[in-house]
Amino acid sequence: MGKSLFDKIWDKHVVKSIPDGPEVLYIDCHLIHEVTSPQAFKGIENRGVSLFRPKQILATADHNVPTLNQHLPIKDELSRKQVQMLSDNCARHGVELYGLGHRYQGIVHVIGPELGVTQPGMTMVCGDSHTSTHGAFGAIAFGIGTSEVEMVFASQCLLQSHPKLMRISVEGELSKGVVAKDIILYIIAQLTSGGATGYFVEFAGSAIRALSMEARMTICNMSIEMGARGGMIAPDETTFAYMKGRPFAPQGTEWDRKVAEWKELYSDGDAIFDEEIFIDAAAIEPMITYGTNPGLGIGVTGSVPALDKVPDENEKKVIAKALQYMGLEAGKPLLDMPVQHVFIGSCTNSRIEDLRMVAGVIKGRHKHDGVNVMIVPGSQQVAAQIVEEGLDKVFEAAGFVIRQAGCSACLGMNEDKVPAGEYCVSTSNRNFEGRQGAGARTLLASPLTAAAAALTGKVTDVRELI
Amino acid sequence: MKAFTTISSRIVPLPIENVDTDQIIPARFLKATTKEGFGENLFRDWRYDASGAPVRDFILNNPLYEGQILVAGKNFGCGSSREHAAWSIADYGFKVVVSSFFADIFRNNALNNGLLPVVVTDAFLQKLLNLDRMDTVTVDLAAQTITIDGTGEQEGFAINGYKKTCLLNGYDDIDYLLSIRPEIETYEQSRK
Repeated sequence: MGKSLFDKIWDKHVVKSIPDGPEVLYIDCHLIHEVTSPQAFKGIENRGVSLFRPKQILATADHNVPTLNQHLPIKDELSRKQVQMLSDNCARHGVELYGLGHRYQGIVHVIGPELGVTQPGMTMVCGDSHTSTHGAFGAIAFGIGTSEVEMVFASQCLLQSHPKLMRISVEGELSKGVVAKDIILYIIAQLTSGGATGYFVEFAGSAIRALSMEARMTICNMSIEMGARGGMIAPDETTFAYMKGRPFAPQGTEWDRKVAEWKELYSDGDAIFDEEIFIDAAAIEPMITYGTNPGLGIGVTGSVPALDKVPDENEKKVIAKALQYMGLEAGKPLLDMPVQHVFIGSCTNSRIEDLRMVAGVIKGRHKHDGVNVMIVPGSQQVAAQIVEEGLDKVFEAAGFVIRQAGCSACLGMNEDKVPAGEYCVSTSNRNFEGRQGAGARTLLASPLTAAAAALTGKVTDVRELI
Repeated sequence: MKAFTTISSRIVPLPIENVDTDQIIPARFLKATTKEGFGENLFRDWRYDASGAPVRDFILNNPLYEGQILVAGKNFGCGSSREHAAWSIADYGFKVVVSSFFADIFRNNALNNGLLPVVVTDAFLQKLLNLDRMDTVTVDLAAQTITIDGTGEQEGFAINGYKKTCLLNGYDDIDYLLSIRPEIETYEQSRK
C-alpha cells in the first residue's frame, strides 16, 4: 500500500514507539514566542537540565508587543516584563532571538517561511495553534501547549499518537474575487469548527496546486479552526521557487540534493485516508462569518440562517447564542451592514501578497469616513517591502493606518482592540466572543472583502468593486 | 504532577458547545509568566460583566452548584493552544472535565496537568447535564468508568494506556523523555 505525504514524514521522525502508548516523535524545528514559553523555561531550570538542542529553536516576540513605537520601552508593565523575560531566557540558553527592533522580527508563522526556516519534510512545533501554517510547505507542523514546549526543550521530542488522516481536494477554478481565505472559510463552514478534530488534513486538488505559497499558508493556517491538528500541502515547483535563496534555505549543491528529496514528498496514488472530502472550487463565493466560531460563515451575498431552518437543536442553540452576542438577526443578509473597523493583519493574512491584494482594490480611492482601518504587516520584512513597492503611499492616501509587525488586534493582547459592541471586518482567524477585545464583534473575511468594507464602511461584495 | 485518584463529586454543568480557550481564559490574562492564579479569571467574561460585577446567572456564580467535575458541551477547549486554559480550570479546583469530545491540544494540555478529560457519548452527556444539583458522579480512572452514583448508570471511557499510568502515578512526559536522551541521540546520528 502506498504512503500518504503525512506518513512519509511521520515515519522518518519516530524515534521509538511506546507499547500501548504514543510514539516518540522527533522535532526538527521549534519556534517560540514570549507568551507560551516563560513557564517552560522555568520548568527546565527547576529540573536543573539544559536545553537539549537550542540551535533547533528560533524565537521572536509577536503576541504581546505594541505595534506603535517599538523602539521605545513597552509601556504596559506586564507586557514589558514578559518580552524581557523572553530575551533573558534566550540569552541564557543560547536560543536565537529575533526580538523587537530586529529586521527579522515578526509574527512567528510569517517569519519562519519568509526566512526559509520552514522546509518540506520537517516536523515543526510552536506553542501556538496556528503553527499549522507551516504545513503549506509539506511539513508536519502543529501547535502545542507549554508543557509540550518544555518537553521539546528537554528532549527535542514529543510523545504523540498517530492522528487520523483526512484529504480535502478542491478541484476546478475559483471565480473572480474568490481567494484562499474564502476557500478555507468555505471548508470550515462545511465541516464545522470541530469537524476535523482528531485528524491531520492534507489539502490537494487542482485549485490548491494553482495557489501561491502565501495563499497556501492562509489555507493551512486555519486548519485548526475546524479542529484539525494541522494541515499540509505537498511541495512542488511553486514551493521550491518561493524558498530558493531565502536566508536559511539550503544553498548550492545542498539545495539540489534537498529539492530531489522534497520531490518525493507527496501522497502515493494508492495512499489511504480515513476521510476524503471533495470541494468544487467554482461553488465558492467570497465568504464572511456572522457568528462566534469560524465555522459560522456564509457567502457574502447570503443570509444568516433562519433558526427554524436549523434542524439540530444544539446547533440552533449555538447559532442563537452567537447571534445574540453579534447583535444580528436570524434570516437576514449581512450585505450593507455598517462596520466601524477593518483589521488587516494576523498570521492568516498579513503577508506581502495579502497587502498587494488590498492595495489593488483601494488604489486611488479613500476609505469611508465611518470606519477605522488598520494594517499590521506580519513582519519587519513585509513592512520594508510595502515601502519598497510604494504600497504604503497607497494605504496612506486611502486613510489607512499602518502599524508595526505583531499579532495585534487578532487576539487583542496589546492595546489594539475593537471596542465593545462595534463591528470589525477582520482578515484574522478567530471570531470568538471577545477575541478582538471584550464585547468586540468580528466578521472574518478575505483581504479583498476587508478592503471593500474599508471603502464603503459596510459589508460589501468585493466583486462589485473590482 | 500529583497522582490522580478516584473522584466522587457533584458536577458543575455548562451546557454550551464549542467552548473555546478565549472564553476559558481571555488573552489579556496571558501576560503572566507563572502557572499559578489563573483560576480567578476562569471564564472571566462570562463570569463578570464589564464593570467587574458577577453575572448572576452564570453557573460559577451560582452558590447552589459546586464540585470537582465540570461537564460541558461538545468540542470543549477549541481554539488557541494556550495551556493557561487547563491551568485556570485546574487552579479553580476542577479535577475532571467531561464532554462528548475535546479539542486535541486542550486534551493534551489537560492531561499534562493532571486534569482528566473524560469523553462520554452524547446521550450520557445529556444525562449528566440534566442531573439534580445534589447528585454525585464518580470518575474511576483505574477502571476507566464514569458513574452516576444515584442510579448506577455508567459509561466506560478511553484513555491511552501510557497516559493512564502517568496520571495514576503522577509521572510526567518530561521525566520519561529525559530518561531516553541517549536513544534520541542515537536516532539523530542515524539520520546524518
